[in-house]
Amino acid sequence: MSDHSTNHSDDHEHGLSHVMPLSILFGTFLALLFFTGLTVFLADQHLGEIDIWIALTIATVKAGLVATYFMHLRYDKPINVLLFLFSLGFVALFFGITLLDSEQYQPQIQEYYESTTTVTVTEAPAPAEPAAE
Amino acid sequence: MSAAVETKDQAHHEDGDHHGHSPFQAHHFETMQQQFDAGKLGIWLFLFTEILMFSGLFCAYLIYRYNHPEVFLYAHKQLDTTMGAINTVVLIVSSLSMAWAVRAAQLSQKKLLVFMLSVTLALAGVFLVIKYFEYTHKFDIGLFTGRSNVMYQLQHPDESDHNRELYDSAIAAEHEEEAEHKEEEAHAVAEAEQEDEHPDEHSDSHASSHGDSHGHGHGGPEQFLDAPRNTQIFFGIYYMMTGLHGFHIVFGMVAIGWLLYRSIRGDFSSEYFGPVDYVGLYWHLVDLIWIYLFPLLYLIRS
Amino acid sequence: MSTITPETQTATGHNDDPSSNYLTCTSGFMSWAFTLDHKRIGVMYLVGIFAAFFLGGVLALMLRMHLLVPGGLFPDWMVSLDGYNQLFTLHGAVMTFLFIIPSIPGSLGNFVLPLMVGAKDVAFPRMNLASFHLWVFGAIFFLIALVTTGLDTGWTFYTPYSIETQTNVIAATIGAFILGFSSIFTGLNFIVTVNTMRPPGMTWFKMPLFMWAIYATAIIQILATPVLGITLLLLMGERLLGIGIFDPSMGGDPVLFQHFFWFYSHPAVYIMILPAMGIMSELMSVYSRKPIFGYTFIAYSSIAIALLGFLVWGHHMFVSGQSPMAAVIFSGLTFSVSIPSAIKVFNWTATMYKGSINLATPMCYALSFIFLFSIGGLTGLFLGALATDIHLHDTYFVVAHFHYVMMGGTVIAFVGGLYHWWPKMFGVMYNEFFGRLFCAVVFFGFNLTFLPQFVMGSRGMPRRYATYVEEYQIFHVLSTIGALTLGIGMVGAMAVLVVSLFKGRKAPANPWGAATLEWTCTSPPPYYNFEHAPHVDSPYDYSDLKYDAQIGGYVKDPNAPKKSGSDHH
Repeated sequence: MSDHSTNHSDDHEHGLSHVMPLSILFGTFLALLFFTGLTVFLADQHLGEIDIWIALTIATVKAGLVATYFMHLRYDKPINVLLFLFSLGFVALFFGITLLDSEQYQPQIQEYYESTTTVTVTEAPAPAEPAAE
Repeated sequence: MSAAVETKDQAHHEDGDHHGHSPFQAHHFETMQQQFDAGKLGIWLFLFTEILMFSGLFCAYLIYRYNHPEVFLYAHKQLDTTMGAINTVVLIVSSLSMAWAVRAAQLSQKKLLVFMLSVTLALAGVFLVIKYFEYTHKFDIGLFTGRSNVMYQLQHPDESDHNRELYDSAIAAEHEEEAEHKEEEAHAVAEAEQEDEHPDEHSDSHASSHGDSHGHGHGGPEQFLDAPRNTQIFFGIYYMMTGLHGFHIVFGMVAIGWLLYRSIRGDFSSEYFGPVDYVGLYWHLVDLIWIYLFPLLYLIRS
Repeated sequence: MSTITPETQTATGHNDDPSSNYLTCTSGFMSWAFTLDHKRIGVMYLVGIFAAFFLGGVLALMLRMHLLVPGGLFPDWMVSLDGYNQLFTLHGAVMTFLFIIPSIPGSLGNFVLPLMVGAKDVAFPRMNLASFHLWVFGAIFFLIALVTTGLDTGWTFYTPYSIETQTNVIAATIGAFILGFSSIFTGLNFIVTVNTMRPPGMTWFKMPLFMWAIYATAIIQILATPVLGITLLLLMGERLLGIGIFDPSMGGDPVLFQHFFWFYSHPAVYIMILPAMGIMSELMSVYSRKPIFGYTFIAYSSIAIALLGFLVWGHHMFVSGQSPMAAVIFSGLTFSVSIPSAIKVFNWTATMYKGSINLATPMCYALSFIFLFSIGGLTGLFLGALATDIHLHDTYFVVAHFHYVMMGGTVIAFVGGLYHWWPKMFGVMYNEFFGRLFCAVVFFGFNLTFLPQFVMGSRGMPRRYATYVEEYQIFHVLSTIGALTLGIGMVGAMAVLVVSLFKGRKAPANPWGAATLEWTCTSPPPYYNFEHAPHVDSPYDYSDLKYDAQIGGYVKDPNAPKKSGSDHH
């Protein structure tokens, strides 16, 4: 682990680390703009339940582009990528179990909701109705 | 604490005699490569801590959205998608300029480096300005956090005199609007009996009488009377997430400003560009977080 | 370029006096306050955390005194019911955030790690200094909380009470937030140091186990502490902005707060114990003069503890409103985390078998650790098992359990490590007789304090209660007597060390005959640590060291047979 070299494809001089070619920088940039436009466009298409998954997938593609190219992970030691994914794993763990738990006790919370009302809530539409566009 | 402190570690050597080392090599490292690699690992570790920190906020978002989708569906309409999209593009461009700055430092292109850092800094400023407008617009219509939020106040008129007044005036305003629309409808019906070929006018005026905030330019609190219960939670989450993100933009600007100062001074070159690289990584992370914030907050359609 | 202008020994043109060391090479407040020398930072941390320990200890003694009688010993105007809440809150907060989490990494870790690695310093000396300064700022905020309104939420800050209470939660959360960053900086520094600054020849499996332990600790510090940070920020948001996500009256969820809080705070207890286990590996090997048994297992189990520790946080929440499904999952996972700890205890004990035991003071503490930590760990199983925990939760059983592992574990190992490395740090030998004596006092006092608590806890005495019914009094009395004894023992143990600074005989480079690299430089080390990069050998091979009575320490034996390579099993 204390080795110092390991630079992959060096386009330019053999320096301390790989230099990103302008073509890749611009290519990534344009791809990011494209995906941004795409996600805004798709959001208005009302695809129902999978809306959020599509948005998150596109966001992840964008994030992947930023990480791989702008943040150099493509040309770094593979351990950095592993560590990055590893820390995301912990995030997933945190989300997963907390969500699982909160979902389980929602019925109790609903009961509490129903038993405590405020003036306006009885007038407001029931939570299940989405507001029409 | 920001990356600013950490990157300072890769700075200069205190000693007078350099023994043939770069003046920027710290005395406890054997080679510049070791110093660079150490700094790289260090900044990545710091970025992991940032990811974990924001993950707490994303978790809160996830829990609430999953359990109260109606709140998110309703409240997100108060967010301006266009401004959000512009900000997204602003950050993407700033990421490009930052990455380019790193490249310039690696190639000892001083003028380009200074230019790119300045562009990044300026774009960060633009982001904050747009944020400022977004926030002030919300404050104008009473969308604060918690008990100060107009939606909460409308739902709890008994909590204070202010709330009671607000509620009463909102109800009154709503009745007025309904009365106005009934009049309009009556007129429209009368007209339609004469001109039968424009049925669309009817549905238009119907839609706008349902208190849809987009349709009206009134902007009074009565537009929020149909908010689902506890919608103020969305705004708490929104302000915390974008607020914390905004703080990180500011920290980033400080760090980039410091880099700018050092670049003008001529510190960076192909032999020593670590700090530019590290701050660059931090900046990309700030961009990354926004890449997720944008769809999650602004693009909730169903 | 920065406000920190280090006036370290490097800047003052090298003190060429051969008898100067890191303590004497420069003097004056500034040379310490802005030092970049990891050794000085370690010493400053030592002073700071022991001050915090003392403060936390005084609070504990006040608690124990109050509990001598069922109605509370101190009159209401001195310690009201509310006041009692403040005492246990501040005791917990000071001990957890100010003392135990930074303790070993900040002091011994900082001092020893670069020496063990044969390096001149940690990877980021400035960040190291920043970490210490942040500790000081965090401490100041806690003191602000202490002297203004105090704090009565319990160190766990549970909502919704922590949102409503009039006490200075904001100051305390800011303090804890800052301390979190102090912890992160330390961990970050250690990971990079271990990854990038090991000398040639020191592969991962030739590192001393103390380094493995510090490394595993640092992983937790990096991944868990930020979640505490955001939890505290959200709590501040609750109090200042009323965002409402943890407040049921605003549609929020208090159980969510607990999820967030414990996601950090459970791994935090492994931040507390792992460095102590690392010290244990060093002590057991050196004072048995035998290579550590099962090196590889201990190394892997350190990482396993760090990772598994992230999977079990819900076992603090069995009765909180958490769903039964989550409770069952967490209970099952909790059993898994006990396995690597048990492996370590077996290995340490096995190290002693057929070893040549030296009952110096550090070894006395190490043996105490094995006994006390085993009790602590085993009683954790009762708490991890869902069914029994329902009965034991929030009783004194829990209090006894965590004091056994945190104090009987971490603090005991910390003091043992302190005694072990004291000659290296300060160049003096302490008095063995009094060292061992106070170890015995501590051991006795500790058990007297906390064993009765297991009993009364299982009989139903709740924790955090200022008053209680008659039937528990005998246990409380025993516990208080024990606490006073323990206090005397700890003060005595510290006194022995302090006295040695003035009266101790000069220490040789290697008084214990240890084989890790920090013992190859002088005691105390010069500011630059090593004249030449030391030669890396097996960290637990004692065959080439022999005792030299003249200097009272060990030296390399020139007649020892050459070793080919290390063998670890």
